[in-house]
Amino acid sequence: MHMHKFEKVWLIFGVGTLLVFLTVLGVSAFYLGNQPPSCLATIDPEKVETQAPFNEPGLKKVEGKAWDYELVFVAQAFNYNPGDVEIPFGATVKIIATTKDVIHGFEVAGTNINMMLEPGYISEHITTFDKTGEYLILCNEYCGAGHHLMTSKIEVVES
Amino acid sequence: MINSADKLKVDRRDGKLVMAQIYVAFIALLIGGLAGLLQVLVRSGRFELPAGIGYYQILTVHGVVLGLVLTTFFIMGFMQACVSKTAGTFTTKQRTIAWIGFWLMTIGTVMAAVMILLNEASVLYTFYAPLQAHFLFYLGLTLVVVGSWLGSAAIIMKYAEWRRANPGTPSPLLTFMALVNVLMWIVATLGVAATVLIQLLPWSLGLVETVNVGVSRTLFWYFGHPLVYFWLLPAYMAWYVIIPKIIGGKIFSDSLARMSFILFLLFSIPVGFHHQLLEPGIDAAWKFLQVVLTFLVVIPSLMTAFSLFATFETFGRSKGAKGLFGWFKMLPWGDARFAVPFIGMLSFIPAGAGGLINASNQMNQVVHNTIWVTGHFHLTLATAVVLTFFGITFWLVPHLTGRVLTKAINKLALIQGVLWAIGMTFMSGAMHAAGLLGAPRRSAFSEYGGAPQAAEWIPYQVAQAVGGSILFLAIILMLYIFVNLAFFAPKGEEEFPIGEMSTHAEPAPMVFENWKIWMGITVLLILFAYTIPFIDLIQNAPPGSKGYNNLW
Repeated sequence: MHMHKFEKVWLIFGVGTLLVFLTVLGVSAFYLGNQPPSCLATIDPEKVETQAPFNEPGLKKVEGKAWDYELVFVAQAFNYNPGDVEIPFGATVKIIATTKDVIHGFEVAGTNINMMLEPGYISEHITTFDKTGEYLILCNEYCGAGHHLMTSKIEVVES
Repeated sequence: MINSADKLKVDRRDGKLVMAQIYVAFIALLIGGLAGLLQVLVRSGRFELPAGIGYYQILTVHGVVLGLVLTTFFIMGFMQACVSKTAGTFTTKQRTIAWIGFWLMTIGTVMAAVMILLNEASVLYTFYAPLQAHFLFYLGLTLVVVGSWLGSAAIIMKYAEWRRANPGTPSPLLTFMALVNVLMWIVATLGVAATVLIQLLPWSLGLVETVNVGVSRTLFWYFGHPLVYFWLLPAYMAWYVIIPKIIGGKIFSDSLARMSFILFLLFSIPVGFHHQLLEPGIDAAWKFLQVVLTFLVVIPSLMTAFSLFATFETFGRSKGAKGLFGWFKMLPWGDARFAVPFIGMLSFIPAGAGGLINASNQMNQVVHNTIWVTGHFHLTLATAVVLTFFGITFWLVPHLTGRVLTKAINKLALIQGVLWAIGMTFMSGAMHAAGLLGAPRRSAFSEYGGAPQAAEWIPYQVAQAVGGSILFLAIILMLYIFVNLAFFAPKGEEEFPIGEMSTHAEPAPMVFENWKIWMGITVLLILFAYTIPFIDLIQNAPPGSKGYNNLW
């Protein structure tokens, strides 16, 4: 099959760029550890409130781990528990969240913290809060009539 | 391959079948467009829906009617017109099957629409479990899919008949392309049919208590990404084959066009995980694998872009264009059949760039479920594809109704295209910008408890309302043009433009018609990308979810 010389050049350039791009993504994912949240842990969605750590939502200091705090969120239509939380500036935090009913989103606006919360699954994300201020948490997956009213708040404060 | 049949009109009986589907598509445009207008007005914060109508009810209407109904009906009609024109008139049996398909799709649409209007199905067009709609909503969508299979069957039967009658000859290019698209559609819709028939219908009827959410979403997105290529490939049919004839040029290469369609068939399906990157239940390595497969569609996309611009440039130079870009001025900018789809092609440049970002393993996290995504598919589907469909309408409808596109209507059509471009620049641009700041998609107006971040989004939402209002005007104009072309334009002969090969093009190799190879590779790629993670989702599933039908 005949291919025009310019088309060959165009495709070689395009495919080459693509390979570089995919290599960047791959190195970022597997060498630097920038993976999308894929916790794979499960939970009975009917019994969220009785199981650790979701029996005690909120911020908890932990020792001997790669992160300083664990921040547990329970989502349900149409709110998050806790409704607001203070985090010390510079803390490395593992956010652990799940939902009691339908699918919800967990987005901290203006950051890269963005996860799907699906019934039966636990979602996790580790992050460092290195900017003080108030951050809006909102639901970004449609969950019903009150979806756009479903919020929480993180305040990053100087400790 | 240009035979005497190309001089003929599409058979009148086939024309009626095609027009029936195009009527439904334009009714859908009116209803869905109105819903879209209401949404942008609500989100501006300066308007409230009357009479207890819910925002999410309207949003469900918009998505179902434009994303599923307009597209499926128009595409089926257009592809059947192409096949009837290039492979010959349908037999009575083929046409009857296609008509049964049309009626199943129509009945299904009405069932789903009634349930949405009764507020029994405000679950959006993605109907993610465990939100649970009325079972008639799921049944209606099933009928739409099954009906589309019958419409596809007519195309496959015609293709098989043509091949038997012309052994050893490559099939007509438009018929070949239509066939690729229906094959992809059938393989893809098996996923959504499986989740609806095996999971959602029995669950909504109360026959089973719970549903496996992870499996349901995975089956949905197994279908959801090829769905967007099902929308796009008919536009590519017009770009590859019809636009060259309209401008007076030649098709750049028959073989490369076929090859790019085959590549779309292979790489459109095993890629659904890039819509599920932020889901907790899928292993990160499998997500990455599907990300890589997703990006392979870059190759046929680059081939398409090259072919189109090669056609344009070759044509311009044949008219004596000088300099690097002189050919650009030679294109028939006054012909809406070319100019309106051309706006669509241009929009595909930022749309494609945005798509690369969305599918990127990491960058996805910045934009996932923000209104950036809505902005993205209003460039792909709602500009590139839809403006191409409008460009097709300008000649296909008069061709089928025995009328002509007059100078006056052509002018209106140009205005329509420009209005669309202006409206979409505002709306989609503001959506992209607000999305980067974190504004979520699929959300009614909210001040988010007075959060200062949310206040920053409101000016962009006002810009979306301005853009959306301009788009609604463009829709009204388009409906006027459609009604004119269908019922009032002067009688005459409107050409069905089909491009010819350039003289030095070689005939397409027959290997492209070997469906055992291509369907075989398609299935293998799907099995490779999905088997292990899918087994994982079932084996390691959490307890199922009961249905929630009282949240809206």
